[in-house]
Amino acid sequence: MNTWTNATGNGKATDWRALREAASRRAPPELAGKILYVEGVTVSFDGFKALDHLSLYVDPGELRCIIGPNGAGKTTMMDVITGKTRPDVGSVWFGRSVDLLLLDEPAIAQVGIGRKFQKPTVFEQLTVVENLELSLPGAKTFWRTLLARPTAAERARIDETLEIIGLTGQRGLTGSVLSHGQKQWLEIGMLLMQGPELLLVDEPVAGMTPQETERTAELLLSLAGKHSVVVVEHDMEFVRSIASRVTVLHEGRVLAEGDMDQVQNDPKVIEVYLGA
Amino acid sequence: MGAPLRLLPGDSRGAAASFLGLLAIIAITIPILNLAVPASSPLHVSTYATALIGKYLCYAMLALAVDLVWGFCGILSLGHAAFFALGGYAMGMYLMRQIGPRGVYGHAVLPDFMVFLNWQELPWFWYGFNHFPVAVVMMALVPALLALVFGWLAFRSRVTGVYLSIITQALSYALMLAFFRNDMGFGGNNGFTDFKDLLGYDLQRDGTRVVLLVCSAVALGISYLACRAIVASRAGRVVRAIRDAESRTRFLGYRVESFKLWIFVFSAVIAGVAGALYVPQVGIINPSEFAPINSIEVVIWVAVGGRGTLHGAALGAVLVNFTKTYFTGALPEVWLYALGTLFVLVTLFLPRGLMGIVPLRAAALPEPVEAK
Ligand SMILES: Nc1ncnc2c1ncn2[C@@H]1O[C@H](COP(=O)(O)OP(=O)(O)O)[C@@H](O)[C@H]1O
Ligand SMILES: [Mg+2]
Repeated sequence: MNTWTNATGNGKATDWRALREAASRRAPPELAGKILYVEGVTVSFDGFKALDHLSLYVDPGELRCIIGPNGAGKTTMMDVITGKTRPDVGSVWFGRSVDLLLLDEPAIAQVGIGRKFQKPTVFEQLTVVENLELSLPGAKTFWRTLLARPTAAERARIDETLEIIGLTGQRGLTGSVLSHGQKQWLEIGMLLMQGPELLLVDEPVAGMTPQETERTAELLLSLAGKHSVVVVEHDMEFVRSIASRVTVLHEGRVLAEGDMDQVQNDPKVIEVYLGA
Repeated sequence: MGAPLRLLPGDSRGAAASFLGLLAIIAITIPILNLAVPASSPLHVSTYATALIGKYLCYAMLALAVDLVWGFCGILSLGHAAFFALGGYAMGMYLMRQIGPRGVYGHAVLPDFMVFLNWQELPWFWYGFNHFPVAVVMMALVPALLALVFGWLAFRSRVTGVYLSIITQALSYALMLAFFRNDMGFGGNNGFTDFKDLLGYDLQRDGTRVVLLVCSAVALGISYLACRAIVASRAGRVVRAIRDAESRTRFLGYRVESFKLWIFVFSAVIAGVAGALYVPQVGIINPSEFAPINSIEVVIWVAVGGRGTLHGAALGAVLVNFTKTYFTGALPEVWLYALGTLFVLVTLFLPRGLMGIVPLRAAALPEPVEAK
């Protein structure tokens, strides 16, 4: 798996651009056609390595679950992919042509990567409809949005999403008055509005009732195929219900990868995580 | 389905209509009560009062500008007095050149203070200010350029919160020190005064004062409508999203710094025009207009009126300044304490300002309904 993590390993002052170029020249043929390439990524905070030469590849249309104990680096990995955190070394490509490390957060969102945060972050002072409206794809510049009028197609899309996330009755309420679960749903709805090719979903069912969790699982399953979805989750039942492929992170590295049964029977995994 | 996207709370159509109606009443009745009603009548409005009201309207515009960036975009600018003063200086330069040979020294071109400093010719940056259209352009352009450069640097480096407030304050303070210097060519600590006329109309005449008041009311009305249009647009919703969760907005693909920059520049233009209208009505502009305390006072007007409601900010400016006029007449040494106390009380008990006590339909939100 880790065929071409970089060789330097000291994590400091590395010319990662050159490393990345070298890496992409050496890309093995079996890795062609992925939607996401995370390769040899290291992120350190004051010397502590939150990610340690992490490599991860996601297929188009795949639904991938990432599990791992608290502090394993799951959120940090999403931060790197979405441009919030810059890695010390490593490369992150979206398809074969988009080097994500050269883009900032808005640009990464615009190429088609959407994210749901661990702590649900909806716009508290905007209504449910307005939250969805701002998540529409399309013109994002000041002048274009200044003159934008909601089109019939956009309204229809908003209504459709409201239906899916079950917030039609709350459309006029501000984000601040929604329950925790409703905020989770609204944020998922915001992701749906964006219609990204790749969805990164950080702990979507935290704080949800069993019924809500079940609906979330159905929704994520229905998205896979059309979109690639990477889900970080703690809830093992939930993971079992949705994932075909599971990646276990531990201390910033991939500890195991495979289907749920393989992973659960892996002695390394049992030792650090499931057995604990 | 497809119910209309809701307007922002507190700037409903009704509120806007009342605000503009009030402005229209001021713009119509004050001129009549000043010009047509004889001075002996108790209904007569003196020229002093006319100028005072005109001044309040300029302050209201400045409050609108601050509310746009602070109330809606979350940028607590403590430097808006600088934009106001720069607009005022642009107008002042035009008025100085209108004096022509009527100055104390009687020089055909040079303002008195330049003659006094033994300058032989007009500095290059004074060229063109004898033309009113040039001056008008500069009233907006100079504040806009300063806001553009400052905002570009600050927002691009993602300076936010208290740090941003401090550097806006520093900007204003630095400009004040610069304008205090005689060799800057802006009249040093005396600034500009003794204006004679504007477009040939004597500034001491009642008619001119009344026209200035009407212009201020119109400018305030236009600024209000422009701000309201921005705030009610999709861009306005992005701006409020930035205020609530800046980094989240980036992950939706919006370039936050460019939204902040345009709002900041537009706000600086409103402040500049307000300053330009203010100067002929008060008859003086000097570096004290840049004083840090001035910018802070504007923030208090906005907080008192109701941050995030445009008409609230404007009304806050008028109310606080009306009180200030009263206090500085009756108990001048108490004013700053009174203002500070007012700010603390409003912050503690009226977080939404005076607009928070006005019952609004939008405020009565229904209880959240549990998800199905
Ligand atoms: N901005 C930061 N500064 C310092 N340490 C951080 C920062 N972000 C994350 N970490 C640390 O990195 C590790 C991985 O965190 P995170 O990616 O949030 O883990 P997970 O999402 O898997 O629970 C944790 O030990 C966390 O304390
Ligand atoms: Mg996490």
